Amino acid sequence: MTPEELDQIAETEREQQSHFTQQVNVCVAAGCLSCQSQSVKDALDQEVAKRGSKDHCQVKGVGCMGLCSEGPLVSTSNGVLYKKVEAADGAAILDSLEGSPVSRLVCPTDVPFFQRQKKIVLENSGVIDPDRIEDYIATGGYTALIKALTEMTSREVVDEVTKSGLRGRGGAGYPTGLKWSTVSKSVGTKKYVICNADEGDPGAFMDRSVLESDPHRVLEGMLIAGYAVGASEAYIYVRAEYPLAIKRLRNAIRQAERVGLLGSEICGTRFSFRIDLRLGAGAFVCGEETALIASVEGKRGTPRPRPPYPAMEGLFGEPTLINNVETFANIAPIIRNGGEWYSKIGTEKSKGTKVFALAGRVENTGLVEVPMGISLREMVYEIGGGIPEGRKFKAVQTGGPSGGCLPTECLDMPVDYESLAKAGSIMGSGGMIVMDETSCMVDVAKYFMDFCMTESCGKCIPCRVGTYQMHRILTAIGNMTATEQDLRMLEELCDLLKHTSLCGLGQSAPNPVVSTLRSFAEEYRAHIQEKKCPAGVCGQPVGETV
Amino acid sequence: MPSYVAKPTPPNQDKRWKLVDATIRRQGGQARGLIETLHTVQEAFGYLDEQALRYVAMSLRVPLSRAYGVATFYHFFTLKPAGEHTCVICMGTACYIKGAPQLLDAVQRDLGITPGETTPDKKVSLLTARCLGSCGLAPAVVYDQEVAGKVGPAGIREHLKKWTTQHDA
Repeated sequence: MTPEELDQIAETEREQQSHFTQQVNVCVAAGCLSCQSQSVKDALDQEVAKRGSKDHCQVKGVGCMGLCSEGPLVSTSNGVLYKKVEAADGAAILDSLEGSPVSRLVCPTDVPFFQRQKKIVLENSGVIDPDRIEDYIATGGYTALIKALTEMTSREVVDEVTKSGLRGRGGAGYPTGLKWSTVSKSVGTKKYVICNADEGDPGAFMDRSVLESDPHRVLEGMLIAGYAVGASEAYIYVRAEYPLAIKRLRNAIRQAERVGLLGSEICGTRFSFRIDLRLGAGAFVCGEETALIASVEGKRGTPRPRPPYPAMEGLFGEPTLINNVETFANIAPIIRNGGEWYSKIGTEKSKGTKVFALAGRVENTGLVEVPMGISLREMVYEIGGGIPEGRKFKAVQTGGPSGGCLPTECLDMPVDYESLAKAGSIMGSGGMIVMDETSCMVDVAKYFMDFCMTESCGKCIPCRVGTYQMHRILTAIGNMTATEQDLRMLEELCDLLKHTSLCGLGQSAPNPVVSTLRSFAEEYRAHIQEKKCPAGVCGQPVGETV
Repeated sequence: MPSYVAKPTPPNQDKRWKLVDATIRRQGGQARGLIETLHTVQEAFGYLDEQALRYVAMSLRVPLSRAYGVATFYHFFTLKPAGEHTCVICMGTACYIKGAPQLLDAVQRDLGITPGETTPDKKVSLLTARCLGSCGLAPAVVYDQEVAGKVGPAGIREHLKKWTTQHDA
């Protein structure tokens, strides 16, 4: 593969696509697929074949369009987005391509949900066919790789990423450029790159959508990273629970190998790179980098003390670069447009955009990409469309089991790494769950503690025993049998776990409790002193309430 | 490195062992391929039994305790065969606050089993998931690999009824 050959592929693909005067894109990402979008696509295909318009009307399966709650989504070349499309609507949509839109299915796109977004990571999602490398190349894909390989030294690539101000999107927000530079300076017989696609946070599905909608973008980011740090082998550690993402990644790797973008001597340079998949097997702790490495090595996923950091001694004892899916997805645009362009987006310390999985009690649920620094109020009320059924907002939860619940007072806070940390939560990988007055905060804290208790790997005692004891106290509070003394013990345990656990799981496990104790102390008091649950969740049998 | 231990022969004539052997070969017969190999076994046989664990451990030359340790550490692996149908209820945060506990309660009452169990007639297995990543469709349930969104207690009851009465009719 040479730069000219890449241009050739892009040219041929564009030429082919220009024959189609009409285009219908059907979302075939997991969200819409579970609303039968495949049958919508099949129906459209059949209808096009029946009408004999195959040569000028293209029906394409594309990645996520964002508004998952209104799926299946279909967009057309005359700029209309349709929601909740059924197979029987195929003919009507094809008719509308030359006339006025099918009004009963139209999903307005001039609303804040679409207008307030800024797409960098998701720019191709919902536009290209994730199963065809040609489509990715036609939109300028892999040009960043070629640029890095032919015009830049590996040093310059690292500098460009440093200049962009990009920070790790897995949650902790470590500067990506710094990590790359450490790995590139480390000495080893071999170096590895690992893509962390073990998206274990309940309530987060950004990485899955990126992998399902635009897998080549992640591969390109990894290739550039490999070139920058001097690695020749890479693994993508992806959850076995995401079969569609695995299928599309396998396919993407095969295609990239076929055209010579993966393998030996890429683009006639001395750079060789291989990418392999490793399937996770359902352990939340494997999101922690040393546990993830153990899992890739075929062992139980238990963390080990750091240092040495994986950048020095990682996979098989060699220097290893570990980044999250979304971090890698940001790389190609940074190299293409320059680090300075990227650093102009976002806030002073948090650059760029962040993809959030907006879910819970809001009107619009789905995937959104917004510039850093947007306020929580905008997220919930403008993009999210507010709380349904006229209920009252109570809290927004970010960062999954390691994060916290932010109350009404935090609504005007900007969303960036520092502000969230100051408010007692974390950015996390991007799950954002909105809760209304029907949620009990004690119950929510118990839910997350149950999660951490089950997911604790058992290696260190503070986490193994501490999460169990905290869960026991929270259960007692929920059952209205707890005392003031229990509450003091709970607070003490929060502090203990935070400071003595071995890895991030245990250290951050108290966060949901700490943040709810801080902002919703009256709810805890009501459970303990008045023996009642203000939200009416605890202490009664579940079942007939819905 | 030359190996002085003969490669073990599969426990029986089942053709599916060929798939397992292929994975072992692809991993170079090395211990690092343990998780990948167990994935293949589970995909081919549906679960990991003792004989499979023994075979994998011997083939990769790891102690049986390590194979068992890995198989029990990860939630995805199961040591028991699943029922004819499986129903997975997502207990992710979004599903939880939108009523997944009510779904679970409905199923538990109807079938008389708790998550991880299979009905005595081996028709239905009930499982819970940490998060399916279908939060936009909460609460979500997977019926035999098919994800269904915005499920209510009535909906799940009806679906399970179809399964449990299928052959009795």
